[in-house]
Amino acid sequence: MLARIQVGLKPAFSDSFGEKIKKRITGDLHLPVAEVRTLKVFTVDAGITPEELEAAAKGPYCDPVIQDYSLGTLALDWNWSFDWLIEVGFRPGVTDNEGRTAAQALEYLLGRKLARGEAVYTSTQFLISGKLSREQAEIIASKLLANELIQRFTIVSREELDAAGGIKPYAPKVTGESRGRVAEVELDVSDKELIHISREGVLALSLDEMKLIRDYFARGEVQAARKKMGLSARVTDVELEMLAQTWSEHCKHKIFSGDIHYENVSEGSKTVIHSLFDSYIRKSTNEIRARMGAGDWCLSVFKDNAGVVRWNPEWSLVIKVETHNSPSALDPYGGALTGIVGVNRDPFGTGMGAKLVCNTDVFCFASPFYDKPLPARLLHPKRIFEGVREGVEHGGNKSGIPTVNGSLVFDERFAGKPLVFCGTVGIMPATVNGQPSERKKAQVGDLIVMTGGRIGKDGIHGATFSSEELHEGSPATAVQIGDPITQKKMFDCLLKARDRGLYHCITDNGAGGLSSSVGEMSQDTGGFELHLDRAPLKYAGLQPWEIFVSEAQERMTLAVAPDKIDELLALCAKMDVEATVLGTFTDSGKIHILYEGRTIAYLDMDFVHEGLPAMQMVAKWEPPVHPEPALPAEPDLGRTLKTLLGRLNICSKEYVVRQYDHEVQGGSVVKPLTGAANDGPSDAAVVRPVLGSFEGAVISHGICPRYSDIDTFHMVACALDEAVRNALAVGAGLELMAGLDNFCWCDPILSEKTPDGPYKLAQLVRANEALYRYTTAYGVPCISGKDSMKNDYIVGGTKISIPPTLLFTVMAKIDDVRRAVTMDAKRAGDLVYVLGTTYPELGGSEYFDQLGAVGNSVPRVRAEEALPRYRALEQAIKEGLVASCHDCSDGGLGVTLAETAFAGGLGLAVDLRRVPAEGIGRDDLLLFAESQSRFVVTVRPEEAARFEAVMGATGWARVGKVTVEPVLALTGLGGASVVSEPLAGLKAAWQKTLAF
Amino acid sequence: MSPEVKVIVITGYGTNCETEMAHGCRVAGAEHVDIVHMSELLYGERKLDDYHLLCLPGGFLDGDDLGAGQAGAHRFKHAAVKGSGEKVQEQLGRFIKAGKLVLGVCNGFQMMVKTGILPGLGGRYDRRDVSLTHNDSSRFEDRWVALTVNEKSPCVFTRGLKQLYFPVRHGEGKLVARDQTVLDRIQAEELVALRYADLQTGEPTMRYPDNPNGSPDGIAGLCDPTGRLFGLMPHPEAFLHRTNHPRWTREELPEEGQGVALLRNGIDFIRTELL
Repeated sequence: MLARIQVGLKPAFSDSFGEKIKKRITGDLHLPVAEVRTLKVFTVDAGITPEELEAAAKGPYCDPVIQDYSLGTLALDWNWSFDWLIEVGFRPGVTDNEGRTAAQALEYLLGRKLARGEAVYTSTQFLISGKLSREQAEIIASKLLANELIQRFTIVSREELDAAGGIKPYAPKVTGESRGRVAEVELDVSDKELIHISREGVLALSLDEMKLIRDYFARGEVQAARKKMGLSARVTDVELEMLAQTWSEHCKHKIFSGDIHYENVSEGSKTVIHSLFDSYIRKSTNEIRARMGAGDWCLSVFKDNAGVVRWNPEWSLVIKVETHNSPSALDPYGGALTGIVGVNRDPFGTGMGAKLVCNTDVFCFASPFYDKPLPARLLHPKRIFEGVREGVEHGGNKSGIPTVNGSLVFDERFAGKPLVFCGTVGIMPATVNGQPSERKKAQVGDLIVMTGGRIGKDGIHGATFSSEELHEGSPATAVQIGDPITQKKMFDCLLKARDRGLYHCITDNGAGGLSSSVGEMSQDTGGFELHLDRAPLKYAGLQPWEIFVSEAQERMTLAVAPDKIDELLALCAKMDVEATVLGTFTDSGKIHILYEGRTIAYLDMDFVHEGLPAMQMVAKWEPPVHPEPALPAEPDLGRTLKTLLGRLNICSKEYVVRQYDHEVQGGSVVKPLTGAANDGPSDAAVVRPVLGSFEGAVISHGICPRYSDIDTFHMVACALDEAVRNALAVGAGLELMAGLDNFCWCDPILSEKTPDGPYKLAQLVRANEALYRYTTAYGVPCISGKDSMKNDYIVGGTKISIPPTLLFTVMAKIDDVRRAVTMDAKRAGDLVYVLGTTYPELGGSEYFDQLGAVGNSVPRVRAEEALPRYRALEQAIKEGLVASCHDCSDGGLGVTLAETAFAGGLGLAVDLRRVPAEGIGRDDLLLFAESQSRFVVTVRPEEAARFEAVMGATGWARVGKVTVEPVLALTGLGGASVVSEPLAGLKAAWQKTLAF
Repeated sequence: MSPEVKVIVITGYGTNCETEMAHGCRVAGAEHVDIVHMSELLYGERKLDDYHLLCLPGGFLDGDDLGAGQAGAHRFKHAAVKGSGEKVQEQLGRFIKAGKLVLGVCNGFQMMVKTGILPGLGGRYDRRDVSLTHNDSSRFEDRWVALTVNEKSPCVFTRGLKQLYFPVRHGEGKLVARDQTVLDRIQAEELVALRYADLQTGEPTMRYPDNPNGSPDGIAGLCDPTGRLFGLMPHPEAFLHRTNHPRWTREELPEEGQGVALLRNGIDFIRTELL
């Protein structure tokens, strides 16, 4: 039967979810709505009796204390007063997590498993009271309640509902051909036709790449081998999709591995760079490791899903940061949710598998207050903000992984593509069953086992789609919704399998799905045989190629020895985790894929993995020149400080932080919010990954895309320095400090669409030069990273490119967390110090941006000055001499002093004449310059002498005192009071911007 | 061999605070603490009867789909143990009857009210008299809250404790009673063991954010009339060491976190009454 069960809070109870929706309608859409009531609808499509339906309604689907249910129409049963009913449900094939739980609850009730095709689907009804037109109701549905890419909605007025007596049941069931078909593609065609095939198929293959494929299939020995397998000389869709996925920018990193013909006009030099990755990133890590010698703590870098470091003799730590930008642009909630649960699988699929310890997230958006017309296909930045926030909330919280560190960065250009960085740290025993846990290897004859979720049409072409700009034809199927609970169940199970030695190798199914996971693992053995018809599907109707490249979530691929397979499958069955044998790893040198016993792909491993020659690219660097701002003659510094504190890039992010569980697992030491009222902004997180030990992991990051407008060299230098000094500020040591580089760029390849490609590529070269220079200077090796190179939006005549952005993440160690330091001023009478020199560096600063300018004097990192200071600070904190420490970044010294004061609930009296500075004659420039490698530190008077001795000659000064009076009082360069601001006002300015 | 206090911490299907809960029980003196996956109970490999304290830790059972703890409670009631065909709920009934202790935190508390073992009015452990629903803010929030202990409560876990400070981390923590009579009875029988308190005065409060969810009478934790079953929304296992406290860098705090005292009360009770 197909029937609906409706459930809603009893009318006597207030509906807080409905209230929240009402607030969004009135606040964001400016439509007059008096009340919103929400109901849940379960559409049951199963062979059950009316009695069983009623039992389900009464039992698991309804909480009898607070809810009513109806098998008819609850709104009419209640005679509820409303004007419009909007019902929002999923489109066919979209992951419906609550529907899955509801189906499982029904199974417990019936005492049987649901049959194939039987299912429960959920939808939500919004009963809206308000004098609205149908058009306005449609705006509410399409702009707020539903994302039409993945959801559908029905709108009925109260009168229409009365007349019809209810809404007809509808099951969003996937229907399609049940028989798998394999298409062949003729590649012996014109160049134009080749380009057309690539574009139409969302293959993201260039003409040169299409030609390579064409030439491979024209080879005599290839044709002969194919013939033996019953294949024609034409490429099958499965083969073409595999090549497109393996060769995609997303998976192959062609820009970072290609040849760059680089001209630096300002230096008058020309060079050829063979692989940015080898020349800068890997080179730096190799050099640092060589320097460390026997003390090298890097265990596995760049080769696995995440980087691995030796934490102590018993444990290894694993870390990865990923981006999920393109899907988040189309469906912010699903895209971000998939981003976080997706990056979770990276440490989990590294070495023999790591337990997950904490998450990080950094989002780059356009202003949520954006009030200009939006280009086609773009969602409003506020909607992206809310969707991404909620996606990461559900992904992180439900997975039981604390979100300990993050940022929100705003720039109008992120309207074209938001950046959603998600990171995860994991821990694994140094050895598993006597072998180093970071090592894994599939063996010839091992079975290919897929575990976790089933395969659906979700996420098809994710890898290739994110290797292109966002355009009119960007496919909806690339979007998917993660299921953290199915994944958590799988993780619980596979950790037991790991410890029992039930598999040789593990990797995740992310971009490219099975094509990528099996393809990568088979490089251990030199071939594989895979039967796609054996893969468990969410619903019938998938074509073989779709099964192969689907990015359906929550799946890991294992290599399992035949003598362990029964034990593994039994464990999975017991723990309610699906596991299926799909084939065998071989040493045939061939990729051999079958469907119902028939060969549908037969490719040489060498061609797929080594067949792509280095891409040739041009880069040309000419530094831009920007106008300088007109500085105000007599700035009101107190007012300016408050304005800066309220700016999006500086203001409190408490609204987001509070909604993320940042202390589950019990190891939280320095939380994201700190200080007297638990609301000051921490510089970094400190977490104990092993309870009972006082060794702490410090997690921090740096990001400053604004500086890219002047020079990406300094953008990278500053991001890296910021990450390092944030970690140092809470007490990290420099000795075990690992870095991760995440590049998000706009397309840097010269083409008709991108005439400024050589400049953008030169920006990338300069970024890499800085990465090499400063990682080696600080001895912070990159152990993992990722690049996302096509962050552009092109629709019609409009092109939006993001500012080139590097997120630099640091994971470091603090030997004893009881020595950790937070940023809030601690006691009246403590002395205030500024560490580091302030230079007239305001190019790209928040202050200049407030004045409407970019400027040119971008902050520079003077590593040779900074390093002795960093070492001294580390020592001072280790000796317990530092009461508080806060780094100076966006908004400069002024913002840092204000935050230190109001987070501690204590005033500061500071004399700006004492602040170490060079070339600065104005108070505003001194307060708001964003020079790097600086801190504000407070110290107990009785520790001052020792502190000063430890700091030595590293460029610091004692500048004032912590006061009882809750005022920030600054004496200017002229000797007069220039700021005297009550803390309450400063804090309010900082808190009000994002107080949604 | 001296008798051991045996603790079972249940996990699986989305539970996620099992590690720190088990760690807390060990720090608080339990000799034998097992983290047991739900599937081990359903396969009959472990049974509740072998333990003295059952911990239902926090998490997101079944992703909070159908309402927090709702699907998990349904599983307790309907999923049969392999071999015996017994329901986990029946084991639980026997466990309670034997006078043993149950502690549910956050999602575990939600499970306890949705299986009907709390508040246990009139000694009935199969009736749903209260529920926990969406916070008034309609938001999940991670926030430390001040709590005041009801010294008149029979709760064994809060004996001798007065003021506590723990984090809440939930979206569905507002207590709702079936009707006023139920609420009156819970209050009259002093089953409200823990209330959200004003940070300054320590008095029970309805004011957000000190009361983070709008729970009536500031109800943060409930026990049954025997005091042996206790459920609470705040997380005692999140405060086992002073460095867990959000202001440990600015306040002089004892080394041990307040959560340990709460767990130790339960474990000491077992030692004196049940061993």
